[in-house]
Amino acid sequence: MSINATPTGADVAAEETRRPAAVPKQRGGRRKPPLSENKKAERRLGLLLCAPAALVMIAVTAYPIIYSVWLSLQRFDLRFPDQREFIGLENYVTVLTNEFWWTAFGVTMLITVVTVAVELVLGMGLAIIMHRTLIGRGLVRTSALIPYGIVTVVAAFSWRYAWTPGTGYLADLFSDGAPLTERASSLAIIMLAEIWKTTPFMALLLMAGLALVPEDLLKAASTDGATAWQKFTKVMLPVMKPAILVALLFRTLDAFRVFDNIFVLTAGGNETSSVSMLAYNNLIRGLNLGIGSTMSVLIFITVAIIAFVFVKLFGTAAPGSDDGERR
Amino acid sequence: MAVETTTRAKLRWGLLDVLVVVFALVPVLWIASLSFKTPATLTDGNFIPREWTLDNYRTIFDTDQFVRALVNSIGIALIATLIAVVLGAMAAYAISRLDFPGKKLLVGVSLLIAMFPQVSLVSPLFEIERQLKIFDTWLGLILPYITFALPLAIYTLSAFFKQIPWDLEKAAKMDGATQGQAFRRVIAPLAAPGLFTTAILVFIFCWNDFLFAISLTSTERSRTVPAALSFFTGASQFEDPTGAICAAAVVITVPIILFVLFFQRRIVSGLTSGAVKG
Repeated sequence: MSINATPTGADVAAEETRRPAAVPKQRGGRRKPPLSENKKAERRLGLLLCAPAALVMIAVTAYPIIYSVWLSLQRFDLRFPDQREFIGLENYVTVLTNEFWWTAFGVTMLITVVTVAVELVLGMGLAIIMHRTLIGRGLVRTSALIPYGIVTVVAAFSWRYAWTPGTGYLADLFSDGAPLTERASSLAIIMLAEIWKTTPFMALLLMAGLALVPEDLLKAASTDGATAWQKFTKVMLPVMKPAILVALLFRTLDAFRVFDNIFVLTAGGNETSSVSMLAYNNLIRGLNLGIGSTMSVLIFITVAIIAFVFVKLFGTAAPGSDDGERR
Repeated sequence: MAVETTTRAKLRWGLLDVLVVVFALVPVLWIASLSFKTPATLTDGNFIPREWTLDNYRTIFDTDQFVRALVNSIGIALIATLIAVVLGAMAAYAISRLDFPGKKLLVGVSLLIAMFPQVSLVSPLFEIERQLKIFDTWLGLILPYITFALPLAIYTLSAFFKQIPWDLEKAAKMDGATQGQAFRRVIAPLAAPGLFTTAILVFIFCWNDFLFAISLTSTERSRTVPAALSFFTGASQFEDPTGAICAAAVVITVPIILFVLFFQRRIVSGLTSGAVKG
């Protein structure tokens, strides 16, 4: 009650200050310029509560990425700090004409495309099992969470020993012995390790979509004589589309960052480096901040393009583009 | 007839279940098996050790290298989790409950950070942290961990916050509580399960990180276990590091297994609720 009583006076005052120059309207185009005390307090609290999180996120990402652009325009090798100078886009020319970069780029793309495609299929299967299984649902879900939770490096070591002749149980499956010493088999093992580790995550995201499929609709389809496959493609998939897109976007960008598995499994040998691996090697092993930063910026741009394409292709279905159902 | 089909259906699901369980557990069991093998039987390729030993565990807990890394891992992950959950809860509350300018921007920024290629930050952070003298310190790792955990925390928490009966908050305000008090006294206790779930997810994330851990540290002072593991390889103090690496790997897998065993339901609901909402 008292909330409504007081503002009348305040509103008149606000009305008067507002009229002379329609400034508030230009400032962000807010619809209701006379804010009640309550509204103002709410806005202040909202900003205050978000400020720490926003500040940390921006300080640790936005500033470094800008700094990284600055570093990428310099010759800056920590072994020869005296030679530091501004060289414009020379580093970009060096990287983009370097065959190692393009090999790593190709490897990363290959790993991304293959693992995400396989994970989508396996993840869908796993999601359906986790969602619909008649027995042992808890057991299946618990087991599936283990690859998700386990430290990637630990899993990578397990795969490495499994595929090393002598310590391994899998190496002997291949007649030629040491699969981690050859390029094609190494890449296959890296992808296997990635798929093992991240399929459960994909499945969980897809399961969220599965939960949205109305049971009635499936029953109705059954009554109309739809086969299991028809129910899947005609009923489930359309409902799940947003969840599938979210899962695909997240996994694609995550797969593009592949690093841990490669580091442990092959250390980038036999041309199995990903772009992340290459950037790391130039920076920490080579101590070349200029080239390392150039690669960082290029990776950032690539990821931005992938994300942009996803959002453009799928429009409102992409996460974050619509914030409508708040409250 | 009906009984028969359900039995058969159960059998079919049962088979699929077994397949999933085997697929998920074999690599974990393998590294556990290696960690219990004696050096003599390490290379026999047997899935079940012929001779069991705890020597590998004794070795790692005797070395400073591992114990120190374990302390670092636990300390850094706990501190980062605590801060990320507190900051994330504040932001998530504002996002799910309050109307204020810049809300969409914040949601967009956290989404961008969730998709950010972490390696892009390695070189600038390496240089910035050297200048700020926080390279190779706990703080130097905690900062990026908080940053990348925040989007996860904000998303999961705002999903949880939306399920809370907010009329209680109104009731509290009717009784004269301010918005801040309503948050602390009424909503926070209701949100505790969501906070806990988020904390587990964030902890798993920090516990898992490898890239920052090897790039932003250079000594045992702040190196976490995943990073230390990769330095066991070829280190002279172990004759053959395989057994030691496996034992260390098992040790840092134990907390994950415990989380998953006890909080499976929470973890699943945390991850899926954040996803539905997008």
